[in-house]
Amino acid sequence: MTLAEQIWQFFLSGLTTGGTYALIALGFSLVYNATGVINFAQGEFVMLGGMITAASMTAWGLPLWSAALIGIAGTTLVGIALDRAAIRPARGASIVVLIIITVGASIFIRGVAGIIWGPDERVVPAFSGEAPIGIFGANITPQSLWVLGATLVTAIAMWLTFEYTVIGKAMRACAINPQAARLCGIELSRMISWSLALAAAIGAIAGIVLAPITMTQYNVGTMLGLKGFCAAMLGGLGNGLGAIAGGLLLGVLEALGAGLISSQYKDAIAFVVLIAVLLVRPSGILGGRRGGEE
Amino acid sequence: MSDVTRRLWPLLMLLGLGVLAALVAGCPKEPEVVAPIVEVVPPEEGRSQEPTGEPLKIGGIFAVTGPASALGEPEADTARMLEEQINAEGGIDGRPLQIIIRDTKGDETEGLAAVKELVDREEVLAIVGPSRSGTTLGIIETVEQAEVPLVSCAAASKITNPVKTWVFSTPQSDADAVTRIYGYLQDQDITRIAALTASSGYGIAGLEQLEEQAPDAGLEIVAKEEFADTDTDMTAQLTNIKGTDAQVVICWGIGPTPSLVAKNVAQLQMEIPLIMSHGVANARFIEGAGDAANGVILPAGRLIVAAQLPDDDPQKALLLDYAKQYEDAFGKPADTFGGHAWDAVMLVVEAMRAGATDRAAIRDYIEQTEGFAGIGGVFNFSADAHYGLNPEAFVMVEIVDGAWTLIE
Repeated sequence: MTLAEQIWQFFLSGLTTGGTYALIALGFSLVYNATGVINFAQGEFVMLGGMITAASMTAWGLPLWSAALIGIAGTTLVGIALDRAAIRPARGASIVVLIIITVGASIFIRGVAGIIWGPDERVVPAFSGEAPIGIFGANITPQSLWVLGATLVTAIAMWLTFEYTVIGKAMRACAINPQAARLCGIELSRMISWSLALAAAIGAIAGIVLAPITMTQYNVGTMLGLKGFCAAMLGGLGNGLGAIAGGLLLGVLEALGAGLISSQYKDAIAFVVLIAVLLVRPSGILGGRRGGEE
Repeated sequence: MSDVTRRLWPLLMLLGLGVLAALVAGCPKEPEVVAPIVEVVPPEEGRSQEPTGEPLKIGGIFAVTGPASALGEPEADTARMLEEQINAEGGIDGRPLQIIIRDTKGDETEGLAAVKELVDREEVLAIVGPSRSGTTLGIIETVEQAEVPLVSCAAASKITNPVKTWVFSTPQSDADAVTRIYGYLQDQDITRIAALTASSGYGIAGLEQLEEQAPDAGLEIVAKEEFADTDTDMTAQLTNIKGTDAQVVICWGIGPTPSLVAKNVAQLQMEIPLIMSHGVANARFIEGAGDAANGVILPAGRLIVAAQLPDDDPQKALLLDYAKQYEDAFGKPADTFGGHAWDAVMLVVEAMRAGATDRAAIRDYIEQTEGFAGIGGVFNFSADAHYGLNPEAFVMVEIVDGAWTLIE
């Protein structure tokens, strides 16, 4: 194996991991856009998608597709419930308070999942077999294509929603100017509810396509949420395209760091790059939006 | 929406979710029915008499709940099962055996509190457990001072090296696992190995042994890679290994990551064999890795291949009995961890049967135990060896068509 071939393999492996980071980052961006809140329960949505799918397959012997639909639907319900039970009652609180609420919610969801499903990891079968696919000397699994495909489709669907549907335009309006949006008759709290539901659905999709590669467990949400958050920061919070670019970049950086420098410091390398980027370009991350007033 | 429905919304949502969760949870892997242990061994006519008199007390401290519950639960179950069995057979010299189980929740402080309670209030004659190395190391000083024999179910070599007067351990050691693997590799004329180890305590201890024993075994470690327990993709590390002339990959980790390593090895179509540690000798590894598990080779205790052992194996009958009894009682397959507790409890019980009914006599008896066939292996203790096993406690096993298959 030549060095070039190795780097090509690192790159492809990184793209797969990056694809999931990108999907999670999209969820962060979505909620941030509509509410200005960083939803730290996003990682738990990813966990729930995978776990509900795996559990309904073992519980009811459902085929993968219907189990996946239940996974997405169930997680979306949790997203809506999160809004109704935790975010909405705190309406009027500052953004920081809302962020802390999402942190609490994520701990709560993780705990309940641990009680319901126990500590064991669960398996979701690969969607289309496990025979590796060779691409110019590097190998990826068919599931990697599913991950990248899901990222692409979700991103396009999100773009279409925001660009061409009333609800998408209303969400954007809330993001740009909540007061003006309200004067036009857009109910902000409904938009928040929508954004959480959508973010939950996207998180669930990420969890479901990822589960065959990594298996799933009640506590996988923490690390995935953190990585997705980093990806969103890297690309610029609230920017859909940035989320995807950030996710893929973070995944590739991790793989290259692990392969070329040291597998021991893999995570550290990715985070160092993140910090470096933030130092050079902090404006894309913090200065891009209004603060918490609404 | 009216005000009332608005207020009811969160409640309704939670209720709905609860129902959904309950439905989905209806399936779990845990046994649906836990049979009452009382009926495990029907009292045999004639021989068995209701044990009477002052009970012989053993304390059992296990991580029944908490992060190490995968270890502590089968250990506590096994201890309770043995207690029932022994009492159903008439106890020990007519006296009932009582195993008082306390949950450490995998926590050092809880473990220490449990030891103090068992020693001072319950006045137990010996303690079996704890499940975890950290908890064990945390109570050693206390049991040494109190002069109570402790038979630990945790594997860290520090527990019995250097030897502590009152402390013994039952699980097979990392060092013996590595010795067994290296012996196997020498038979295959392999000289160059790649190490892929977890950056957790388990992986680090494994790597230390791999490095320490390599020169004597005539092996060269040509690649060293690591992964974290939260990693989801090890292809980068494996690609590096693929670029070396290593003849075999040795992976040292526990939890879900070894399954991912096996999958990644299959993905990269690596042609060299993959060897794992004894830490993956459970059904979940095969389930997690799927087809990629086939061909993986590992050292393992004899329990998982009991039926394939030659009939003259001193452990065979015992292993088959234990596996059957455990599965009948708890509806799930017996595992290595329950075996550690079996060994710990029975070492103490053997001493009691031989007439050792005070703490010092039990300690002395265990220290002189030789050729005791247990679940983990054949134990030989001595004044300088409070870890009673050797590399022979392991057999080499290959996964063939998703099943453990004895090599040799």
